Amino acid sequence: MQNSTKNLDVSVWRGDKSGGAYAQYAVPRQENQTILDVVTWIQRNLEPTLAYRFSCRVGMCGSCAMMVNGKPRWTCRTHVRKVLDGNRIEIAPLRNLPVIKDLAADMAEFFDKWHKAEGRFHPTATRDDDIVPVLPDSPRRKAASAGIECINCAICYAACDVVENNSKFLGPAALNRAWTLINDERDGGREVRLRAVAGDGGCHNCHSQQGCMTYCPNELNPTLSIAGLKRVTAMAALKGEI
Amino acid sequence: MVRPHRNHPLWFAYIVHRFSGVCLALFLPAHFYVLGLALKGTAELDGFLNWTEIPLVKFAEVGLVFLLAVHFFGGLRLLALEFLPWSPRQKTYAAMATAVSFFVAGSFFMNAI
Amino acid sequence: MLNVRLYLAQRISAMVMAPLVLGHLAVMIYAAQGGLSAAEILSRTQGSLWWGSFYGLFVIAVSVHAAIGLRVVAHEYLKLTGAVLTAFTLIVGLTVLGMGGRAVVAVVM
Repeated sequence: MQNSTKNLDVSVWRGDKSGGAYAQYAVPRQENQTILDVVTWIQRNLEPTLAYRFSCRVGMCGSCAMMVNGKPRWTCRTHVRKVLDGNRIEIAPLRNLPVIKDLAADMAEFFDKWHKAEGRFHPTATRDDDIVPVLPDSPRRKAASAGIECINCAICYAACDVVENNSKFLGPAALNRAWTLINDERDGGREVRLRAVAGDGGCHNCHSQQGCMTYCPNELNPTLSIAGLKRVTAMAALKGEI
Repeated sequence: MVRPHRNHPLWFAYIVHRFSGVCLALFLPAHFYVLGLALKGTAELDGFLNWTEIPLVKFAEVGLVFLLAVHFFGGLRLLALEFLPWSPRQKTYAAMATAVSFFVAGSFFMNAI
Repeated sequence: MLNVRLYLAQRISAMVMAPLVLGHLAVMIYAAQGGLSAAEILSRTQGSLWWGSFYGLFVIAVSVHAAIGLRVVAHEYLKLTGAVLTAFTLIVGLTVLGMGGRAVVAVVM
């Protein structure tokens, strides 16, 4: 029987889309331990039916994103000692998304909104055309480059209260993507994209709470991108283009 | 108790902006109604304005001035965020807006007491 | 629940009101001295085209601004949508415009 101070007191949300509750587990404490280590230990030693996602376990894929003590984080890059609340940890599936099972959230609406924001590149050239020279130092390329490292982990989507309250809101990641494409001089979808982000669920619903940039593990800033979209769509509307 | 993911300064700036806006919007009809009393001559308006002498009402007025100031200065921060090139000093601007609002409400308080 | 046009109306009305709010805050701080009285207020505003225009413009701008602002709150917290939300927006805007216009008339005429 292990001394209780050597164990972590872990609450894990278990259930599915019809509801659920927190289950309690005692997990041995290690010197160096991530939240993903904790979840994996529970599934291997205590609860084989626990459902959760991970892939690279080194902070590159974004699959392991979950709510840890109420904040959205990559669990593989979250050390237990950094988030420990006394001896307690609370782990839940990402906010603002339906749950498939336990810690696995249904990402379908997140990707649907990526499409709705015209997150898809619209090509304008063929293999027979000359390569378009894109200068890496041009202002538009810099703006695009600042936002392209998004790996679709949905942490920003989970952090955003506008996503919580406005079901049509396209969300920080989709809008950030739209901004990078608006700034891509090779892309031919400008007008359809501006319309996509200027409608009811568009960029104008962002209240600049900046939860997205606070929690983005890649240090992206969707609020900055959305501010750019607001400027571009406002100008386009004033000029009668959309 | 604020949810953990909301526990950062710019979320508080957002909620203060929303709260002040809603309070001001609810206050406006009352404000316009009182001013409208002047249509019947000065007596009714003065009758209402006598209420503004009592300390609780003066205190409420200071609160209203603060709400207007914080919504205004916070709003300037948002207009700058949206229409000017991005600044990484958002938290600083939010803090400055709050500080100036306290100053404005304080000036009103010193004059009203 | 904003689109680009409502957003523009909201931000433009805000910019119009910026100098008006500063002026109003200054007037309030000045007028608070020595207590409020109808005579003091009306001696400033009555018959004044300047104050009439100042507060008239303020009322128009704030009707737009408050209506759209409350629209967002009504959608996000009360979950109003569609025609009901539009009706709510219009009712708020027209109420503020009507009552505000009456107040301006009351202190200027």
